[in-house]
Order: sequence, then C-alpha cells, then structure tokens
Amino acid sequence: MADRFASIRFLMPRWSGKLVVGLVMVGLITAFGLIAPLFAPDPRDSGNKGLRPPSAEHWLGTTKLGYDVFAQLATGTQGSLYVGLVGGLTAMLLAIVFGILAGYFGGWLDEVLMLATNIMLVIPGLPLVMVIAAYVQNTEGLGDFARSSTLVALILGITGWAGSAVVLRAQARSLRTREYVAAARVAGEGGLRIIFVEILPNLVPLIAAQLIFGVMAAVLGEAGLSYLGLGPTNSITLGTMLNDAQTGQAVGSRAWWWFVPPGAMIALLGTGLSLINFAIDEIVNPKLRLAPQAARRQRRAAKEGGLAGGGAYA
Amino acid sequence: MGFYLRRIAFYLVTLWAAISLNFLLPRMMPGDPAAIMIGKLRRASGGRELSEETIKDIYALLGADKGTSMWDQYLAYWARLLQGDLGLSSTRYPYPVATLIGNALPWTLLMVGAATVISFALGIVIGAWVGWKRGTWLDQLVPATSLLQSIPYFWLALVLVAVFSVQLGWLPIVGAYDPFSFPSGPEWTPEFMLSALKHAFLPALTIVISSVGGWLLGMRNMMVSTMSEDYVLTAEAKGLKPGRIRDRYAARNAAIPSLAGFSIALGFVVAGSIVTEQVFSYPGIGKLMIQSVQGLDYTLMQGVFLVITLTVLAANFLMDLFYGLIDPRVRSHG
Repeated sequence: MADRFASIRFLMPRWSGKLVVGLVMVGLITAFGLIAPLFAPDPRDSGNKGLRPPSAEHWLGTTKLGYDVFAQLATGTQGSLYVGLVGGLTAMLLAIVFGILAGYFGGWLDEVLMLATNIMLVIPGLPLVMVIAAYVQNTEGLGDFARSSTLVALILGITGWAGSAVVLRAQARSLRTREYVAAARVAGEGGLRIIFVEILPNLVPLIAAQLIFGVMAAVLGEAGLSYLGLGPTNSITLGTMLNDAQTGQAVGSRAWWWFVPPGAMIALLGTGLSLINFAIDEIVNPKLRLAPQAARRQRRAAKEGGLAGGGAYA
Repeated sequence: MGFYLRRIAFYLVTLWAAISLNFLLPRMMPGDPAAIMIGKLRRASGGRELSEETIKDIYALLGADKGTSMWDQYLAYWARLLQGDLGLSSTRYPYPVATLIGNALPWTLLMVGAATVISFALGIVIGAWVGWKRGTWLDQLVPATSLLQSIPYFWLALVLVAVFSVQLGWLPIVGAYDPFSFPSGPEWTPEFMLSALKHAFLPALTIVISSVGGWLLGMRNMMVSTMSEDYVLTAEAKGLKPGRIRDRYAARNAAIPSLAGFSIALGFVVAGSIVTEQVFSYPGIGKLMIQSVQGLDYTLMQGVFLVITLTVLAANFLMDLFYGLIDPRVRSHG
C-alpha cells in the first residue's frame, strides 16, 4: 500500500513557488467568476448613466449603454471559464483518442490517425474556426444553439486538439515498449485494458498539462472570435465585453475602465494556468528542474572552495 | 529520397483535404449559402439581373444546384479552382476575389513578416543568453514570459493604441498609410515609405511583444537541455573558451527546434494577425477575412481561406526540405 502512495506522490507536482502562485491566481479568478455574479448588480441593466468612470456606486464604472462593468466582468469571467472548460475538455478527449490509440496500436491505425492529426495541425486555426463559425451560425434550424457559448466552445475544441495529440502519441509510443506493458500483454490483458490500466495513469501529468493548454487556448480563442463579432450572442463572456468596447469606441473615448479589465482578467488567468503548467513541466522533464539546481550548487561550491569558477557551468 | 516522397504525399493529401473541406462546408449546412450569396450579389449590383454565367459560378463554388450530383459538383468545383477562378465578391462587388487578395497580400506580408523575423531574432538571442546563465536570477524571466504569452494580443493592441495614439498622439491608429497625403494610393517615394512605416509600427510592436516570449522560452529550455549533454562537458574539459562553447557548441544545436518553429511561423504570416489587423484596420489578408465573414461573403471567405492554407502548406514544405538538410537525423527517422 505504501508503495502505491509513493508512486502517486511522484506524479504530484512539487510545492514550488510557481505552483502556489499559479493555483492561488486560478483559484481566486474561479471563485470570482462563481461568487461575484451572485451579489453584483444585474449585468444587463442599462438603467445607469452611460460611460461613467469608476465610483463607489459602480466599482468599475459603466459602459456606453449604462451597463455596470464590474457586474459584466463577474458574469463574463464565469462565461469565459465555461467556454474554456468545455473547449479544453473537448480538445483533451479528442487528443486522448487520437494520440493514445495511434501511439499504442501503431501500424496502419497510427498512420491514419496521425495523417488526420497532421492535417489538423497544418490548417491554420483561427481562419478555420472563423469559416466554420460563419457557416454554422447562419444555419437555420439550430435555434438559440447557433449563437450559444457551448457551440463556440465545441468549435474551438474540435479544431484545437492536434498539438496535444502529437505530444500524447510520442509518450504513449515510448510507454508501449516498457517491460511492465509487455508483462501485461503476456499476462493476456486486452488492448483497451492495457491502455486504461497501464498507460493512461502514467500519462496523467502530461494530460493535465495539455488540458491546461486547451483551457487557455479556448479562453483566448473565444476572446478573439468574440472580438471579431463571431462569439456567443446570448451570454456574456470576457470576449463579448471586448467586442462591446470595440463597437462602443471605448478606446477613442478614453474609457479605460471599460476595455482594460476584461483583457487583464484573461491575461491573469492565462498566467496562473501557465505557472501551473511550468510546475507540471518540471515533472515531465526533470532536466529543466535539475540543471539550474546543479548549476547553482556548483557555483556555490566553487565560491566556497575558492576555485576559479567559470566556463559553461558558471 | 523516401523521406521527401512521403512528405510530398502528405502535403498533397493535406491540400486535398483543405480544399475538400472548403467544398463540403457550405454544402453540409442546412441553409443555402448559394441562394444567400446570389441575393447579396443582386442587391450589390443595384437590382439589375445577374448574368447567367455569374449565377452558374456561384453554384459551382457554393453548391446546392438541384439536380446535379455531389460528384459532378465536386468536379466542377475543381475545374474552377484550377483555372484560378475564385468568383466575385459580394461585399466589394464587382471585384473578383483574386484581385482583392492580390491587393491585400503585400501589406500583410511586409508588416507581419517583418514583425515575425524581429521577434524570432530577439527571442533566440535573449533565450540563448538566459539559458546560458541558468541558475541565476535570470531564471525568473521564465515565468515572466508566460504573462506576455497569456495577454490576448488584440487587447495589448487596444492598450497600445490608447496610450500611444489616443493619449500621446504620437502614432496613427487606422490604415496602412495616410490617405489624405496620398489620395492616389501607394507610390514609391520616401514620404510614402515613412507614412507606411509609422502606420505599421504599432501593429508590428503588438505582434513582437506577444510572440517573443514563446521563442525566448523555447530557446532557453533547449539551451538548458543542451548544456547538460556530454559533448558540452567534453568541450569544457578541453579548455575551450566559454564564448565558443556557448555559441558554437550549445546555441547552434539548441536553435534547431526553434528554426523549425520559425518556418511554421513564417507560414502563418499570411494567416497572420487577423485580429490585430482588425484593431488597426490594416488593409491586409486578415482584414479581408473578417470583412468576408461579417458580410457573409462566402466566395471571398473561401478564397482567403484557400490562400492562407496554401501559404502555410508551402512554408511547411520548404521547411521540411531545409530541416532535412541541416539535421540529417530527421530523414532517417522519417
């Protein structure tokens, strides 16, 4: 049993400064998105005076149409997190299916799946998303769903999985040749059982890192798409806020309180997520953690020993 | 030779897939893009009847001509493309799509291309240096670059416009040159060059700031990995000068993956910075793409998407050739 916990601990990120700061940032933003909309004023109430700078009544001022920016920011954060999560999870699932099946089974399945992955990787992302969004959103018969944030998230997920699939495939290929996998095969375990029991658990840090990338990509993608006017129309996200600011000439009328908060929120969320990713990166690639440590130790030793430190390891 | 044949086959298949996607998308949708497009063209031409030929063109490009089978439509679609016929634009009627793309391409190539090269050069040089100095305070730069990368680049553009154009009034906001000083369009004079440079500065700066972090981080990490290779230790033991080890032994090898990334980035120059061009109303390919999507100009949209995909494929292909040359290991691993 003790052995089991040791292996789990090995997979967990070490408590480094980066990880703590990243988790706190993401945690605070998530909490803000979940809790703040409960007590903030109605984000769709246009009864306030328009284009007012921040005040005690409106913490982040108001937009041209009189919406409260703080309330919009709270609801928008929630909306963007939702798009990020749905888009990131979709991309992750597709990457797992394509990457791990291709990597584990090899042969013609690998060729076919990797061809599809490489095609998706080479076709430029944002233009493809724009083309698909333009066609789908003008399709009759989809009703409200055609301009919903769920559909935007799905489009972003379906077009954004290829990079992760390549990473997962490389790792699955290398795990496939390990002895314990060979042992499981000799013991008569089926392909799917080996994938789920022997291979997937070892890919958890990598999959987590790819999920985080996916969430970031979806949040940024949604913001770009919404800014261009292709975002969801029936929900508020950070991207639709920026789109409103653009159409409302926020920059020209110097209403910084209108366009600065949503972008800053995205930047902070992205920074938090990538700090967590750095911590995961150092598990997957120990060289990144060990090499600077070794260099530091060597330099200290050189200093204490009074040796002439220098050269490549200085 | 097998390596190159495989790659060529891959690009041909990808090209076919991209064009077929272009063919299928409007036909898979329950609506009727061809009918919408013809309606738009009719309005754009001021109610006059469209020629029989134009209507046939639209059906060939956007589909849903009743009575013809999918396969016949597909063949007709390819025939049009191979003749270089991308149809007429409805938002910019009566200009052909090909002309519009030809006019927009140079602006994007110059502005985004220059920004990409500058960003790459900066990232590689700084990244090599930070990787060399690993274990010092410079390691703190690594998390700092992640902040740069997570900033939505069009928002950065908005902030730059607010500061430098609106507040300080140093730089222009809109367009690629001053249309009042040069009403007849671009000309080869120093004044025009200066005007174009001024207009390109902020968009290019946005692209450099938001992309330099990625190059820096990639180069730094490769540098750290390369520095723990045995041949670097050997070079050190031989007593070579640190500068020589850094430049000739470590940085040269560490830069190989970044070079691959650079070629792909060059390919994406045309796909460019769609949103940045929108912020600055820069008259490039990205702006054209946005215009087509907003105006539901399906023919223009298809044309731009096709050109973007083609350049990305071409850049990737050239890179494969080049990469096989500088790193022979790639060829043997297929």
